[in-house]
Amino acid sequence: MTEPKRPRSHGQILLAVGLTMLALLVLLVLFGPLIAPYGAAKTSPASLAGPSAAHWLGTDSIGRDVLSRLIVGGRGTLIITFTAVAAALAAGLILGLASGYIGGRTDLVIMRLLDVIFAFPVFLLAIAVVAALGPTLRNLILTIAIVYTPTLARVVRGPVLSVKRWDHVEAARSVGIGEFTIAVRHVLPLVISPVLVQTSLTLANTIFTVTALSFLGLGPPPPDPNWGSMLAEARQFMELAPLTVIGPAAAIVFASLTFVVLANGLRDVLDVAGR
Amino acid sequence: MTAPLLEVRNLTAHFARDAAARRVVDGISFHIDPGEAVGFVGESGSGKSVTARAIMRLAPEGSPVRWGGTVRFRGEELLTLDAAAMGDIRGRHIAMVFQDPMSSLNPVMSVGAQIDDILMRHTGLSRRAARRRTIELLDLVGIREPAQRADDHPHQFSGGMRQRVLIAIAVSCQPALLIADEPTTALDVTVQAQILRLLMRLRRELGMALMLITHDFGVIAGMVERVYVMNGGAIVETGPTDALFAAPQHEYTRALLAAVPRIEPGG
Repeated sequence: MTEPKRPRSHGQILLAVGLTMLALLVLLVLFGPLIAPYGAAKTSPASLAGPSAAHWLGTDSIGRDVLSRLIVGGRGTLIITFTAVAAALAAGLILGLASGYIGGRTDLVIMRLLDVIFAFPVFLLAIAVVAALGPTLRNLILTIAIVYTPTLARVVRGPVLSVKRWDHVEAARSVGIGEFTIAVRHVLPLVISPVLVQTSLTLANTIFTVTALSFLGLGPPPPDPNWGSMLAEARQFMELAPLTVIGPAAAIVFASLTFVVLANGLRDVLDVAGR
Repeated sequence: MTAPLLEVRNLTAHFARDAAARRVVDGISFHIDPGEAVGFVGESGSGKSVTARAIMRLAPEGSPVRWGGTVRFRGEELLTLDAAAMGDIRGRHIAMVFQDPMSSLNPVMSVGAQIDDILMRHTGLSRRAARRRTIELLDLVGIREPAQRADDHPHQFSGGMRQRVLIAIAVSCQPALLIADEPTTALDVTVQAQILRLLMRLRRELGMALMLITHDFGVIAGMVERVYVMNGGAIVETGPTDALFAAPQHEYTRALLAAVPRIEPGG
């Protein structure tokens, strides 16, 4: 494979934009409470105030600074999202690799189990789990991880089925390298590109799922702000103080868009075939 | 007469996926003595690669093979050996060089790391000690600046250089038997000669037995002491190389010999 120097491709630009947006989100997660001008629960006398020098995005129904709550709430939403997707990715990698590499009956059992999860609508499953186990942070993360594991496991399994037949795998076997080492060192690294793309898309979806569940009151309990519950609280005052709704809505779209852009950039740059 | 290094009796191989299992190796017997170079010649589909894979117990992924007969290596039966013990033999006592150097290396690992892994697997060397040995091996197979090249990835090597790396991998633990399955087929003619010379030299220096599999009598000439000619999963003729070239008995052997393009050596 030759690698001629080309002008920046569409994918590289997308990737750069996506990474910049991601950097902003990561900064938010790391330094949110330091950046926020006010505490998330601090009230001021003026409730539902419009934008001003003191409160750039105004205040909500009990006089809390919208911008500060957006920043702190974003941190909560993103931490849930990242943790849940990391768990789903870990489970997906292990199950997909085991399923594809071992094959046979193991493959059949794992994939049918994942199909069962896959067959449930995301929200129905999430609501059922949270209703059964209680709306705690841990349950929310667990639910989302379970819901997105099958997608990631399938994306791992597919290319594993083909890579395990490549010559270098037989060559590794022919010098006595064990099956576990072959799977982890000689197969897994070669299926990582599509997995990265799918992980990014899953992050975008998870932002929506987390905020939607929080909107429905199934998210982390108050007083911790997050974008979903902020939307739910602000909904009734939408006409009086539109920024209280537009703020979190825009933040959700921005975060989700970040991962969509990133996924498309990765897909182009890593040359993953479109699905 | 010394005991043979490898003794194969009545070897059969069926591809079991088909409803009527296809018999691709049909009860062949042969032996290879310690340090001896033996050629296996035959056209594609004659069963020679499957024979080599039977010795290594490597079944093509997705097509299960049923082996029959006996394969004794230093008196030990390989066909019924458990997987862990077989793993100890592969690469340590019997190693293999494959046909296609372009695809037989892991594209995302440096070549040095790929050799380190095998040394660590079989010799218990630390990574650092393994790397020193890796550099010696790369030097041994004629790769210049081996210390720097060890950190390069396969795509930074030409086909011939990659085949040298694969040979370095195969001889890394000084196996008693090296199986070379069409080691030069995917290479340019000029590079072919270099690789064959390299195999000859390593065989002499390391005292290995060599099982050279090819469809090309031109490759066999001057390389091996004895030849088995295979056709349709059976050995149709065998004998010392010189005798076989001088007076082929079987008509298939004569047909194969006639197919070798004559290139007269210069001078």
